[in-house]
Parts: sequence; structure tokens; C-alpha cells
Amino acid sequence: MSDREKILGRIREALAVPAPPPGHAQEGREHPASQARRWLPAVGESFDEQIALFRANAKDLKADFHLLANHDDLAPRLRQLSQAEGWKRVAGHRGELSRVACDALNLPVLFTDQSYDPPALEACDVGITECDALIAQTGSVLVTSRSAGGRAASVLPPHHVVIACRDQLLPDLPAAFDLVKRKYQPNYPSFISLITGPSRTGDIERILVLGAHGPKKLTVFCF
Amino acid sequence: MNSPASQFTGHARTVTRDLRHRHLIQTALGKYEIIRDRRKAAFQDWNAARQAAAETKYEALNHLDQYLEEFVSKLEARGTIVHWAGDAASAREIIVGILRDRNARSVIKSKTMTAEEIHLTEALESAGVSVVESDLGEFIVQLRREAPYHLVFPAMHLTRGEISDLFTRELHSAPTDSPEELTMIARRALRQKYLAADAGITGANFAVAETGMIAITENEGNARLTAAMPKLMISLVGIEKILPRLEDLALFLPMLATTGAGQALTGYNSLYGGPRQPGESDGPEEFHVVLLDNRRTELLADAEQRDALHCIRCGACLNVCPIFRNVGGHTYGTTYSGPIGSVITPHLRGLQDWKHLSAASSLCGACTEACPVKIDLHHHLLQNRRNAARQKPRRLEQLGWKIFGVIVGHPWLYAIARFFALAAQPFHALFTGSRVDPARAWTNSRDLPPVARQNFKHWWRHRS
Repeated sequence: MSDREKILGRIREALAVPAPPPGHAQEGREHPASQARRWLPAVGESFDEQIALFRANAKDLKADFHLLANHDDLAPRLRQLSQAEGWKRVAGHRGELSRVACDALNLPVLFTDQSYDPPALEACDVGITECDALIAQTGSVLVTSRSAGGRAASVLPPHHVVIACRDQLLPDLPAAFDLVKRKYQPNYPSFISLITGPSRTGDIERILVLGAHGPKKLTVFCF
Repeated sequence: MNSPASQFTGHARTVTRDLRHRHLIQTALGKYEIIRDRRKAAFQDWNAARQAAAETKYEALNHLDQYLEEFVSKLEARGTIVHWAGDAASAREIIVGILRDRNARSVIKSKTMTAEEIHLTEALESAGVSVVESDLGEFIVQLRREAPYHLVFPAMHLTRGEISDLFTRELHSAPTDSPEELTMIARRALRQKYLAADAGITGANFAVAETGMIAITENEGNARLTAAMPKLMISLVGIEKILPRLEDLALFLPMLATTGAGQALTGYNSLYGGPRQPGESDGPEEFHVVLLDNRRTELLADAEQRDALHCIRCGACLNVCPIFRNVGGHTYGTTYSGPIGSVITPHLRGLQDWKHLSAASSLCGACTEACPVKIDLHHHLLQNRRNAARQKPRRLEQLGWKIFGVIVGHPWLYAIARFFALAAQPFHALFTGSRVDPARAWTNSRDLPPVARQNFKHWWRHRS
């Protein structure tokens, strides 16, 4: 008998004795977590409320959030940021928005949506990516290996810049997982991540430090 | 003398009297409580969320065989190689074998308690593989050749000064008392390791059956780099990590963040559903998932305590436990410390050797109240005590209680006993706490209350 069969056999044997349901379980309630929206932190219904919540969460997380008037604002804002931080090399991918963003900078660009040299990515000052969604409830950015130029572009460089548009704003986490399912099922990307603020640690005396291993800065441009 | 129980008592005696340690733990956990309460208050209904989380885990465990098969077939369909390990030795063998076959000599590891449980690092090192922990706290305790102090905060027992000394000694960095500079020293030391490592090893916080993905929750980005850079990725996953549906994460991720570290959501919550897929530019060429039983099925077979497998390892029960806060994480001598460790360790490593952990509890129930998945922790501690006594009765103790029962059941016997106790007490004071004191186990650290001059009946009759 294989280990697989042995373990599954032990599980079936163990489950022959039923356990009492937890707490005050309601009989026959299926998929209890599907109603999570009723218990999670509240989110307003209008776009303005949601964008305000995203902004407040981003501030709390020490991420930079910029709501732009329109798409034309993006290039000058990026150039400004590039000059202020002295970017020399940029990583990006060939998405519609990230492509435009990278082109606006007049800097050498490493594209990560085809195989690339990892040390070259490590040497980049910034990773500019698109995303699947922004989540108001938590101030998170939803990315996948398909939407954000692979697994590493959004975590290896010291600064991650996200380009999003207004209609990518989602109210909450249930909506985010719903989107993942609707958009990708059954052919999911091999990597899906909710990025909530820049990389952080509190491992030394519980004092917050940004940029533990991933980006020290996270900037979100939304137009 | 070196039984786990005497180790616990000896360690506890030293640690509870260490003022520096007390200060460090109280400060850290005090901060934790404030932010955790703020996050809990942001929920529209925290208790309903706990109930739903408990029911979800209950459902997952009740159909564990089906969900595991679904999880595995979805993973395999997208090119992941899945291994089943009945015990710790077989898990170690599988992982060492994968690395040996691919001639992998260096491993970067992201935080995983399950790997601690099977002592993976030691096995890899003795097979000639170099292992580097990438989580900052784990990296620090690895440099100290120490076990993690806490499920979530591995280096919580150290001051920045001690960490600076450690880095100076081991990494030859300049001394500093800035946590930020210390973090940057570790960041620089580890950066090149990600690029050079032959393999990355991770754990998993959840295993999503519906879509065949593992979920990893972290703040630093070290697990993301571990899963992005090396060509080979191995994830060690306990079979109890199963969640039925993808949307269950919408509930579990914010709850884990809230009780784990007082965050609305942890920095990175990532799902991995396979190796690099066609058309993808990076990620490992090979992805292995090792499913570990290691006596989890024995705990599953105990219907009374089955809910202990709900545990999402948030550490909330440790943080509120008066015992943990006094004796500290290392005293337990176990991979999983605090109330959840005291409940499950006897199942994972033997009841008689680890029953003392269930006695190290005030039964205050703070752990049960803190648990986001409603594990009935303090009752399980009582059940462990009962099971231990039933399995190996202590005759002398039973006899003692029997005699006590007879005395209190007969008022005239009780009166005689009280008379002798009153008469003997002044003499007891002469040798209280000394070697010949029969009540030494008590009087060592406590006062023996004086025998009452009058009994309740007498007091009642003569009350004014």
C-alpha cells in the first residue's frame, strides 16, 4: 500500500466517529464563509467612499497612493518620481499600461514577461507593473504572474510602482476572490498575490521596519 | 532527570525570575493586544466570523479525504509533483531525495513551523545541503542555533543589542542599535542567497482544495522571493491545512492577520498553484508539495479534540496565555508552544512524556476566547489530564484522595483531623520549607494558610 493510501485510509477510519459541531453551529448551513461580507470590516458602496477608504488604508500602510485626473498625467508623474529617486534601470512588462509607463521614462527597461536574467532584475531601481485589482477594504493590490510580469518584478526591486485604472477598484476581499475565479478559472496563473503595503517586519522588538526583503516603497497610480 | 517535565520545571523557574525577559515579553505582547483589539473592533461581527471560520474548518476536516484528493488532483494537473509522508522521517527522506536527485546543494527556506516539527534543517545539513532561513526572526534564531521562540515572532525574546552583537560576531557588521539598520544588514546578507540558492523550501498557511493552490502569508517578501528565484520549490504542508474553497480565504486571511499580529491583512498573501506555466517568465521549473501526516490522523481520530486541527497557527492563544507570558516559549521544549502546543504535543509526541504541559495551565480560558477558529483549548487541557491519569493511574494519589474523601464525608473524622492539624501547625513552622517538610512542594514558593480556629458551622451558629 502506498503512503497516499495509508494516510487516506487512516483519515477515513478516524472520521468514522463523528465530532460535535463547533460553537452554536446552525444545522445545514452550507459554505459559511461565503457570507463573509456581513462580518468583515464595512466598506461604503459608492466609488468615492471606496477610493477614500483605499487612500486611508494606503496611508496607514505607508504606501503612496496617487489618484490621477487622467491617463496623460501618468508620464509626468512617473518622470518626477524617477528624477527624485535617481532611477537608472527599470523593470516592467509589456502590458498596455506598464509599456506606456516604461516608455515615458527614457531609461533602459528590463522586460520580465519573457525569460530574463535575475541579477539584472536585482539591479533595477524599480519594478513597474499592472495589477488585477485594488481592494478598498484592506488597501491591497491584487497581482498575478500574468498581470504583473511574473513573480519577481513586483518583489525584487526596491520600489514597486503599480499602474491601475479606476474601474479596477473593488470593495472587499470576497469581491477580489470572485474576480480571480471569474477572470481565470480554470486556467489560473501559477502565482496570485494580495500585496498590502511595502515589505515590512516587526521581528526586532516588534518595531516596524519597511523593506525587509521586498520593496521598501510601494506606489500606486490610479487614473 | 532530563525528562521533558523536569526540563520544563527547571527552565520555568529560571525564566519567570528573569526581569529582563519579563519586561521584553510584556512590552511586546502589550503592544500586540492594543492593535489586535483595534482590528477586531473593525469587523462588523467578529464572533460571527469566528463561528463561520470554525464551521468551515469543521467541514474541511469532516471530508478531509475528499478535499485532499481534490487538492492533489488539481495540483498534479498543472505539473506539481505531490508526495505523501506518513511521518517525519519519511518527509525528511523525500525532501533530501528530491534535492539529491537534482544535485541541489543550497537551500533558501522561508518560515515554516512544519519543517521545525520534522527537524528538516538538521536532516538537510547532515546530507551536506546548506540551509539559510530567510525570515528575519528565523534568520536571527538560526544564527544563534536556537529554536524559534514563538509561532509568529521567532526572535521576540531578544533585544536589538543582543541582535547587533550576534550580527557583529556572525556577519562582521558594525554594531548598531537601530532595528532598521539591523534589518538592512540581514537584507543585504540574504539578497545574494536567493539568487544563488538551488532550491527554495516553504511551508503553507492554507491548502485550497477547490483550485489546488497553497497559500502563504508573510510580511517580509522572503517567501515570495523563495518561490520566485530558485529553479526548484518544495512546500511542506500538513494535511490539516485544507480549506474547501478559494473564497474561504476572504474570511481566513483577515482573521489570521488580526489575531496573528494585529494587522488588517498581512503584507503578502500569495497563492501558488504550480511550477512556471507555459507562457510564464519566472518561477520554479519544478514544484513539489510534500503532504505530512506525522500523527495528525491520530488527533483526527480523537473526536473530542479533533477541533485542535482547526488551528491556523496565528499564535493568539500564546499571546494571551498567563503561563506562556511567564515561562516563555523555549521552556516548553516543543515545536508548538503555548496552549495549542500543550494540547497537541501529547498527541504528536506521546501523552505520558508531555502530559505535564496540560498541567501548566490556570484553566482561565483566555486561550479559548482568543482562538479565531474556536478551538476549545482549555477543556482539551483538562481532557489530556484525564486521559493521562486514566492511561497510567497514580495509585498513591488515588489513595490520598480516597482518604480525604472518607474524612470530609464524616464530620466526626473531620473534627479529629482539624484538632490534630491545629495542634501540629505551630510545630510545622519550625521546619517549614526545609528538607523534612512534608508540605515542601507547596511551601517552597507559597505560604501554607493557617488552619481556621473555628469551622463554618461554629461561625454560623455564633454570628452576631
